[in-house]
Amino acid sequence: MADKQAKTRPMADGQAGSGKLLDIRNLRIEATVYPPGEAPKTITLVHDVSLTLEKGKVLGLIGESGAGKSTIGLSSMAYGRGGVRITGGEVILNGRDIMKAGPRGVRALRGREVCYVAQSAAAAFNPAHKLIDQVVEAALLHGTANRAEAEKRAVALFKKLSLPNPETIGERYPHQVSGGQLQRVMTAMALCSEPDLIVFDEPTTALDVTTQIDVLAAIKDAIRDTHVAALYITHDLAVVAQVSDEIMVLRHGRLVEWGGTQQIIKEPRQEYTNALVSVHEIEHQEQQPGTTPFLSVKNVTAAYGGGHVKVLKNVSVDIYPAQTLAVVGESGSGKSTLARAITGLLPPEQGTVTFDGRPLANRLADRPKEDLRQLQMIYQMADVAMNPRQTVGTIIGRPLEFYFGMKGRERDKRVAELLDEIEMGKGFIDRYPAELSGGQKQRVCIARSLAAKPKLIICDEVTSALDPLVAHGILKLLLNLQQHEKVAYLFITHDLATVKSIADSIAVMYRGEVVRYGAKSKVLTPPFDAYTDLLLSSVPEMEIGWLEKAIKGRRMASAGN
Amino acid sequence: MALRQIPITAWVGLILTGAFAFCAIFAPWVAPHGNGEIVGDVWEPMSAAHWLGTDNLGRDLISRMIYGARITMEIAVAATALSFSLGAILGFSAAVFGGWFDTLMSRFVDLLMSIPTLIFGLVVLSVLPTNALTLILVMGILDSTRVYRLSRAVAVDINVMDFVEAAKLRGEGKAWIIFREILPNALSPLVAELGVRFIFAVLFLSALSFLGLGVQPPDSDWGGMVKENKDGIVFGIPAALIPAAAIAVLAISVNLVADWVLNRTTSLKGGRG
Repeated sequence: MADKQAKTRPMADGQAGSGKLLDIRNLRIEATVYPPGEAPKTITLVHDVSLTLEKGKVLGLIGESGAGKSTIGLSSMAYGRGGVRITGGEVILNGRDIMKAGPRGVRALRGREVCYVAQSAAAAFNPAHKLIDQVVEAALLHGTANRAEAEKRAVALFKKLSLPNPETIGERYPHQVSGGQLQRVMTAMALCSEPDLIVFDEPTTALDVTTQIDVLAAIKDAIRDTHVAALYITHDLAVVAQVSDEIMVLRHGRLVEWGGTQQIIKEPRQEYTNALVSVHEIEHQEQQPGTTPFLSVKNVTAAYGGGHVKVLKNVSVDIYPAQTLAVVGESGSGKSTLARAITGLLPPEQGTVTFDGRPLANRLADRPKEDLRQLQMIYQMADVAMNPRQTVGTIIGRPLEFYFGMKGRERDKRVAELLDEIEMGKGFIDRYPAELSGGQKQRVCIARSLAAKPKLIICDEVTSALDPLVAHGILKLLLNLQQHEKVAYLFITHDLATVKSIADSIAVMYRGEVVRYGAKSKVLTPPFDAYTDLLLSSVPEMEIGWLEKAIKGRRMASAGN
Repeated sequence: MALRQIPITAWVGLILTGAFAFCAIFAPWVAPHGNGEIVGDVWEPMSAAHWLGTDNLGRDLISRMIYGARITMEIAVAATALSFSLGAILGFSAAVFGGWFDTLMSRFVDLLMSIPTLIFGLVVLSVLPTNALTLILVMGILDSTRVYRLSRAVAVDINVMDFVEAAKLRGEGKAWIIFREILPNALSPLVAELGVRFIFAVLFLSALSFLGLGVQPPDSDWGGMVKENKDGIVFGIPAALIPAAAIAVLAISVNLVADWVLNRTTSLKGGRG
């Protein structure tokens, strides 16, 4: 890795002496929206935000979705995504205002002075080209290195980011490496042209916790060794606490609080920051399992592709009335497949699902309506789980009509009651899903499943697409509803913080098998098996230095490493 | 919905389409002369008595145009309606049922589509008696193969969405899934296709009439009228251009309306902004 300080680049005047790399002053960003049937209107996404970043420092931008963090991050490359316009303020990079650089000037700077690491590496790489070609592209384009030098640099970076087979991994295509590896290759791509600043846009959000920790450590090492400055955008405060020197909290496009990492996480001054810091704390008293489970899964084996790909191997779990079983594991561990086997969407090859003492039909089509009513499901992506052409009233009202034959006023009354239960109120009855926020959509999905008065609701990653504060509200709602309605949950998640706050018993899944199963207190008490240990130790904690400690204490390498 | 929310282009389309439809429905009352009535000399120029002049047999052209609108639109509308109801329902069913039903239907449709439509139409029509009903059935069924493929492709994508899975988990029947879950979400591409398909039906009818297998004289659709008057073009007589222009105007106005409907069906907020 060439030394950053030795790099020669003509510096603009007025920059000498000051350590300021990026100086954003009174940034104002607007977009025009075109609501159908109305006059176009301009909305302001970012209101007068100013920030400065010194060389070699990392600033974390944090906030929920719509806070403007990505928009601000991209403005450091003079870029507005999807019709977004930077209408006010200055973005001073290396001493000059890049908003005035013009198209040619901006092209010269992107990929050379500022690089970008996107959230979904799988979507950001071109699947038709080899990784190495894409990694060295910017360096070649800007003439900072010739092909051989650039490739040498890339291999050195692959090594630094602890990718397997650094010499040859570049010869692969994007689909031939795992998600976590791809994210690291993308970091290598950003570092390859030796920029002054890298914008990391939620680089670990789409990854499993066990993979996230590796990518995080790799990014942190690379930043330290190359002295590059970075804007690190995320909604996870615990993650940003590991990598950044300073943290800026944003909300609705406005600055809430800006300070050192230690200060933000230990002594937040603003109420909103405080809410972010303390978000995971829900007290839930673990219930003892009852005498008889109402639903038991016995030795279930299930496979896709006509028996070729076994995704569930000999899985047995029990669910007790009005209790919550959390199923945890990384992606590909078979947790969602377990839900599909229970609901009958994927008939198990072997084993049985018993419900109220009698076996459930394997296939969905063979189950009586009453059985279908008793098992409801809530999906991860609430937007696609509701028909966009139906109003909230129809969505919630249909199960009432279908299972209980309710019609007209009786049905509307019950829909209004359900809307009250999910803390939304009957004003929403005529809304379409597109007119709801993410959290409201998930609430409507909850109401839809409650309408059937089920014994069990399967919650498939219901909070993972939501902002922490919204997710918190949904979890609290689910717990309240459990007390009122005496409904049991099968809670599928990869987020251990969620598990801790909601579960009565836990099943840890790894590669299609249940590796640890029992009451919450038992599962979360040492001694752990190797995988549970890895899973537990990978959950970011809001504490500086956690990352290093966690990496050192590990007994097992995570998958895909 | 307020009338002033309708964009100007949609107004143009609505007014023109409405005028055509009016002429078609009330042809006997609107037309100054009968359809087959010979009222003057051959190819008389435009005059106060005959607004668009006369045709190749001395019949009043504007009366012919109005009756032509009736025949053209009657057959084209019926054929399009048939092709869309048949094609869409079968296409959605194929996507939802899958398996052998899908395979059987799709291969049968492939078979029909592998034969050029015009030749297929000619063969069938030369065997069957040529009347409006046969024309509608032949055109409707041949066109429904295109609609089938489009509907199936759209529905296959929608069928794997979570909300359809949620409906299946609830235990909903196929009819609910097809008409309540899939149809509203497939409407936009279908409406876009509808505008085009209707015009293709008009053109197909014209082609058939031109070849003598469509509407039989003395009745005539617009395409047939182009044929009747085509020889006049050599002598600088515009009689053939008028029905041709009418087809063009109808095509544009129907699609203006279709585009407007499309805007509304794509709205995810029930079209109320």
